[in-house]
Amino acid sequence: MSDSGHMLIPDEVDLSHNVILYLDQISVSFDGFKALNDLTLTIDAGELRCIIGPNGAGKTTMMDVITGKTRADKGKAFFGQTINLREMTEPEIAHAGIGRKFQKPTIFENLTVFENLELAMKMDKRARTSLFAWLDDAGRDKVLDVLRQIRLDGESERQAGLLSHGQKQWLEIGMLLMQDPKLLLLDEPVAGMTDDETARTGELFKSLAGKHSLVVVEHDMAFIEQLGGKVTVLHEGSVLAEGSLATVQNDQRVIEVYLGR
Amino acid sequence: MNRTPFIVRFLQATPKSGWISLAVFALLTLVIIPVLHLAVAEGSAFHVSSYVVTLVGKILCYAIVAVAMDLIWGYAGILSLGHGLFFALGGYAFGMYLMRQIGRDGSYKADLPDFMVFLDWKELPWYWTGSDSFIWAAVLVLVVPALVAFAFGFFAFRSRIKGVYFSIITQAMTFAAMLLFFRNETGFGGNNGFTDFKRILGHSITSPEMRVTLFGLSALMLMATLVLGRYIVTSKFGRVLAAIRDAESRVMFLGYNPLYYKLAIWTLSALLCGIAGALYVPQVGIINPGEMSTANSIEIAIWVAVGGRATLIGPVIGAAIVNLSKSFFTQAFPEYWLFFLGALFVVVTLWLPNGVVGLWQQMRQQMQQKRRAKA
Ligand SMILES: Nc1ncnc2c1ncn2[C@@H]1O[C@H](COP(=O)(O)OP(=O)(O)OP(=O)(O)O)[C@@H](O)[C@H]1O
Ligand SMILES: [Mg+2]
Repeated sequence: MSDSGHMLIPDEVDLSHNVILYLDQISVSFDGFKALNDLTLTIDAGELRCIIGPNGAGKTTMMDVITGKTRADKGKAFFGQTINLREMTEPEIAHAGIGRKFQKPTIFENLTVFENLELAMKMDKRARTSLFAWLDDAGRDKVLDVLRQIRLDGESERQAGLLSHGQKQWLEIGMLLMQDPKLLLLDEPVAGMTDDETARTGELFKSLAGKHSLVVVEHDMAFIEQLGGKVTVLHEGSVLAEGSLATVQNDQRVIEVYLGR
Repeated sequence: MNRTPFIVRFLQATPKSGWISLAVFALLTLVIIPVLHLAVAEGSAFHVSSYVVTLVGKILCYAIVAVAMDLIWGYAGILSLGHGLFFALGGYAFGMYLMRQIGRDGSYKADLPDFMVFLDWKELPWYWTGSDSFIWAAVLVLVVPALVAFAFGFFAFRSRIKGVYFSIITQAMTFAAMLLFFRNETGFGGNNGFTDFKRILGHSITSPEMRVTLFGLSALMLMATLVLGRYIVTSKFGRVLAAIRDAESRVMFLGYNPLYYKLAIWTLSALLCGIAGALYVPQVGIINPGEMSTANSIEIAIWVAVGGRATLIGPVIGAAIVNLSKSFFTQAFPEYWLFFLGALFVVVTLWLPNGVVGLWQQMRQQMQQKRRAKA
């Protein structure tokens, strides 16, 4: 394994074909069970894509493969034209510009809200550097900025473990904003949020699209409608349908396996 | 924008109250105890006996080990049950030099250390080369435990061995080393280890001046360890360690490679243990493979648990409490010591999850609340 730090900060992701993420015939099996089965998916640069599908369809597993947490058995996974995700470790993939929000909010419970955001900040993340690093004014302003965006500016010094579920979701989204990745993978980001919080999250994501690319996994149809992007339906580890929300909602197979129930 | 120089940030990591405590501690260990030992006549009530100096000196070394253990266990969440090995390796590295300083004053009046004459060896094994040099001994003290820890840690952390599995293999590591050192052919005195030391740098090791010097060096080293530890745990590096303890996968997806963070703090921890071992051996006058026993390493974890994890000062207090009780018990009721230690561990685990320091903090909070309620 190479140190994420020893490797060069990668050059700009090659977006010459306007594609930021390309998965081709990816398969993953757990003890013979195929969680992903020849999954092929393309995400365009700047796109806001929604992924839906029944429980166990492989949505989270797909994100695990993209971020290096789970190794694919076969297939191709490219970030831009040139970066082969299958050969990289988790920190390397993060450095290349892919950020991720977990299905279950994952934050540093024993650190303060401020410290959570500070650690996420885009910068040199080698051990050696961290030992001598210190937060300058620009960094502090960046954290304060994100704190306002995620409406946690009043909770800055609070221990993150004490936040409400919705606030934890926001904090994790805030960490992604600090990380400033080119591609954001968001696994059920509005679970546990109030309607009002959900609507605000939708606005935030829409404002990020264009400059960033987003892949959002959700079950909340109203939220997906609000986002308004292209929708991909996953079923049993591969793509069942793809298109606008209206198109997939009227697709007979989709109704059978997912929406109809 | 002007940057605060590194050295200022380093020293500021320890708060004012910490510096005051350190100053008091320095006064006590570097001035008062040495004066009372050296300058006050033995009959006087104010005389500090050599027994006390040696006992406290020993505890200072243990306290360094406890703080080193806290850095890896309390702050990074990695429980090592093999830290006794690094302590012993530091002790052996310096012990080699002490053996050579005996010169021809051993029982066999030979150039070689007694145990080698006994084995009928005619010359020093290659790895004893240079062992008559103090500088070389100091280099070994710093390098050997750190190198062993680095190699072990690299493979263990790279394989992502965690939690109780990691603890178990550290136990196996120190146990295997103990078996190796027990063998006479290994060249470190077998089960007797090294003893009967005579001199350091030509000065008698049993003189009161030498005793006080070793004592003072141990105190200085403990203070340095605390200041360094405080800087590390308050730095961004320390926050990343705490983050690894909380949610390692999150840390990776933020772009940090936990391997190098763990490896760095693990190696530093072993290095500190090695130094402590080197200061310990000349004070107690012996090092043998028993120091590598699994029970010894477990005891280190108990010191930290008793004092309070992730507090830095807690482990110092824990090491003092446990070892003072130990020297009391082993004199008064030797057969009950292990029962006491076991009971202490149970009490701490069940009722004092944050150790003595945690208890103190809790009481202070309650008092403040009461005062506020009254006001
Ligand atoms: N580490 C694993 N070991 C064994 N099986 C796994 C593992 N991870 C996922 N699976 C299985 O793979 C399938 C796909 O899981 P995945 O979590 O990707 O589904 P999902 O689409 O995210 O579902 P949900 O909507 O419930 O979050 C499930 O049947 C799950 O049980
Ligand atoms: Mg899922």
